[in-house]
Amino acid sequence: MYQTLRRIARVGVITETPPRAADENIVAARLQEAILRTLGRALTIRHVDAGSCNACELEAHALMNPYYNIEGLGIRFVASPRHADALLVTGPVTKHMAIALRRTYDATPEPRLVIAAGECACGRGIFGESYATLGAVDKLLPIDVAIPGCPPSPTALLQGILAALRAAAAPPLRTEPTLGEEPAP
Amino acid sequence: MNVAPLGLAASVLAAEVPAQRAQVSSGQWLTACRLAWEQDGRLVALWGSDERDRRRGFCVRAVVEDAGGLTMLEHTLPDADARYPDISPIFPAASRMQRATYDLVGIAAEADDQRPWLWLASWPIDQFPLRHDFAASPQWEPGQEEYAFVRVEGEGVHEIPVGPVHAGIIEPGHFRFQVVGEKVLRLEERLGYTHKGIEKRFESLPLLEAGRLAGRVSGDSTVAYAWAYAQAAERIANVAIPVRAAWLRALCLERERLANHLGDLGALGNDGGFAFGLAQFSRLREDVLRTNFAALGHRLMMDVVVPGGVARDLALGQVHSLHDEADRIAREVVELRSIYDEHAGLQDRFRTAGRVSQELATKLGMLGLAGRASGIARDVRCDFPFAPYDALGVRMAVESAGDVAARVAVRFDEIEESTRLIGAITAALLDPPAAGECRVDLPDVPADRLALGYVEGWRGPVLIALESGPGGTVRRCHPQDPSWANWPAIEHAVIGNIVPDFPLINKSFNLSYSGHDL
Repeated sequence: MYQTLRRIARVGVITETPPRAADENIVAARLQEAILRTLGRALTIRHVDAGSCNACELEAHALMNPYYNIEGLGIRFVASPRHADALLVTGPVTKHMAIALRRTYDATPEPRLVIAAGECACGRGIFGESYATLGAVDKLLPIDVAIPGCPPSPTALLQGILAALRAAAAPPLRTEPTLGEEPAP
Repeated sequence: MNVAPLGLAASVLAAEVPAQRAQVSSGQWLTACRLAWEQDGRLVALWGSDERDRRRGFCVRAVVEDAGGLTMLEHTLPDADARYPDISPIFPAASRMQRATYDLVGIAAEADDQRPWLWLASWPIDQFPLRHDFAASPQWEPGQEEYAFVRVEGEGVHEIPVGPVHAGIIEPGHFRFQVVGEKVLRLEERLGYTHKGIEKRFESLPLLEAGRLAGRVSGDSTVAYAWAYAQAAERIANVAIPVRAAWLRALCLERERLANHLGDLGALGNDGGFAFGLAQFSRLREDVLRTNFAALGHRLMMDVVVPGGVARDLALGQVHSLHDEADRIAREVVELRSIYDEHAGLQDRFRTAGRVSQELATKLGMLGLAGRASGIARDVRCDFPFAPYDALGVRMAVESAGDVAARVAVRFDEIEESTRLIGAITAALLDPPAAGECRVDLPDVPADRLALGYVEGWRGPVLIALESGPGGTVRRCHPQDPSWANWPAIEHAVIGNIVPDFPLINKSFNLSYSGHDL
């Protein structure tokens, strides 16, 4: 016990500042302001591996390490689609996973987001479209955010996920005038 | 294996480990496997090929490994109605390999279990993807199959289906439990959900570029697969890589092993209720990945190992910082090991859970890390040390208990050894003999050559069997993940354990789904 506590004290808190949200990951015309205002700042995510090589999963796992600490941002991965606000889908959508992916989506209550993570999910993976793969998540589901990368780094994943929440944040209160501007009355 | 007593003539097979090939008749297929078994051989791979364009019907091949190296048996079937002998009574791992061979090529073994294994009703059952006349355009809708799971009858027996979508961030697969209360009576696996048609995809890529696909068969083993593929490609092209490239490849392979073991130890702590372990080990894993990115350009080192060598070299300063980092991680892990070993609650979960005896492991032909935890002392880096492992002298990590605690102990020992190896490799990289180019170009690749690649990935030995076609194409590429040999062992390991221990036991093996399903 002493060793454990000593180690915790020694390592300390190493969580880093979260990255800027990446607006370029938003699939325009899908993301609706109303959905985002409902979700607020927190998000529960159900991950579905639709046939990935597992590299994207490793980086999704990394989001929970102390450096990224995604739970500290109010974002959690959940075991049931019924508890989820968003699906994070990886892989080129193998035909063998198509039905399971569809059922998971159908079981996710509205409002819901679909985040396609990785080159395969975005339709640019090396496995392509074949007898075994649909080739992209948007062949089966409407997507709201597309995160590129092979695999996307945890930072890239966070940027994409935070982009989905960006619009839900209220505009900041102005407490002092900005340089060159008249102070607000 | 000396095949002369069987009346067989074996010829040399191109590979970085000692390897031979022999054409066998139906009867010889069986006797050769029996002989291999008697000589402590293990089945590494079994696959089929469409040879009708060469007027040679179909070919089924199997690779066995023993102390002498790899032996590839090749048996020709005149047509698809011909069957080959079932070797699963000798090598149990062959059962699923034979079923998968039927699903993809349409040639069957004379076996009792003819259930599909990689076919889950997403293409017509009478179509075979790896045949040359298979209509590759993706016009079939995903289907749903009825799979004949074995049921257990009895009072109070319940059936629990799990997956393919699992509770956490993990690959998909189906597990059918038969339980009484919480105790598992039987587990049956159903895999194939991540089948991407990789073997067919290989055939549409240029041979010198298909290493990128090999490196994505199983993303957490990208270095092992890319190296095995490169070995086979280099043997086909008859090219030797620079000395420096071998050292850099080993550096990448050991870093991959290190990163995976760190991640697993954290996850295993978490599965045992010790979240502290997850926080500490995931931090160390992240350190390794960030260093990978800084030094080699990719966190998981994808596309770093290429045919001909390594895609980029290290700067001098990076070699030193890699050396220092390995030292630091080794010291931190020593401390974490003593915390794990002395944590009563964690040890209570780890010890005796998911036990596979050495006797059972031998019968099942287990490979790699899970095999070593059950006393099977095999490791390609030690048994067939190609460069630079011949200069490094790897100490093998072996345990005998075969439970979760043993698979944890093997990981701790291998971390210690891999950090030591990284130190030795970085020292060697600074020495004159390892100076120079890190890559050579491969000239035109001759057609109709077959070569093997064999590398000890972090789970176990990865095999690549590569055949070149005309004009620099891939005629056939068969990757075989060590998970094929170990997945059946989990069905045995969980018997008698409670269902809540299944995630712990499964994670202690941490087998590949994508590497298995292809």
